Amino acid sequence: MEGAIKDWRNDIYKVFKELDITMVSHVPDAGHTPLINLCEKDNEIDVVTLTTEQDGVGLSCGAFAGGRKSALLMQSSGVGNCINALALPNICRIPFLTLVSMRGEWGEFVPWQVPMGLGTPKVLEAMDVKVFRADYKEEVGSTVDAAARFAFNTNRSAAVLLSQKMIGAKQFKNG
Amino acid sequence: MIERRPFVQKILKNRQSNLRVVSGLGTSTWDLMSGGDDKANFGFIGAMGQAIPFALGLAMAQPDLRILLFTGDGDTLMSLGSIATVANHPVTNLTIVVMDNESYVETGSQPTATAGKTDLEIVAKGSGISNSYTIKNEKDYDRLIKTIYEEEGPSLVVAKCKAKATPLVFPHSFDGSVSINRFMSTFKS
Repeated sequence: MEGAIKDWRNDIYKVFKELDITMVSHVPDAGHTPLINLCEKDNEIDVVTLTTEQDGVGLSCGAFAGGRKSALLMQSSGVGNCINALALPNICRIPFLTLVSMRGEWGEFVPWQVPMGLGTPKVLEAMDVKVFRADYKEEVGSTVDAAARFAFNTNRSAAVLLSQKMIGAKQFKNG
Repeated sequence: MIERRPFVQKILKNRQSNLRVVSGLGTSTWDLMSGGDDKANFGFIGAMGQAIPFALGLAMAQPDLRILLFTGDGDTLMSLGSIATVANHPVTNLTIVVMDNESYVETGSQPTATAGKTDLEIVAKGSGISNSYTIKNEKDYDRLIKTIYEEEGPSLVVAKCKAKATPLVFPHSFDGSVSINRFMSTFKS
């Protein structure tokens, strides 16, 4: 199981390399940690730790204006922080790619994660972001590849929701 | 106190070809455009708070150019954390100039936090941008020009400006895709 979990992050990393994505920004989430670690080990990829997810939208757009492709990694709770910032890639027709690790859905333990988890696809679509979703590890690579090509070929915003079913719901224990 | 419009024009007079200029939404963009149309400028007209992260991404992608951001205290205060991000992912070619008029002048001059207790130079220094200082009059302009073209960034300069509404000067286009593509054309060799 450990190997299988590692594999789908490797599949995302392969897409980054194939499509020349050389900047990755994030507010960390455990679901993204193996991918962040892979990117940090790669000298060709700049990893930028943000203080709020919305700054990843501006960063990504500035990088693209200067000729570099990037991706923003965040948890579903961060999507709400990005709404007004998403006007920037939208009005400028700058390709924007984000990968969202989902909370508040499959077997969630923390009630506070549910509102933004439920709202995530709705608010992304409300801002004209094309939403892709991967529920199974076998489809992660092809889904991220499709979303990235959609974004960079059509100059649009695209998000991939990585399901909590696939990532695994953390069960908390008191004490 | 600095008059922001002649200030921007003076800083950009005789600008060098390795300079690219970004402006934050609203008054900063009208100020930038007042210096004359230039493909090497890109002005925000929305997406408040995104000018600093945008300038950081641009500076990372174009390390051989000098990147100058003119923005306001309102725009900066909306994304204060981005100053910490700039400090911790330092780019040597970025100068952020915050034209601090201590007010939201476009909406009726309501006071911002800098009219109260907040000092953006100290915020920048505390965030880790050591090259940060405040200018208040014209005699400091030469120092700023040296920062923009020669000093190792990132730098954040607070320019204390008069809170005065100025006439709007529109960019070449209000269509962001037109503006950004025109700006991007300046990076092609």
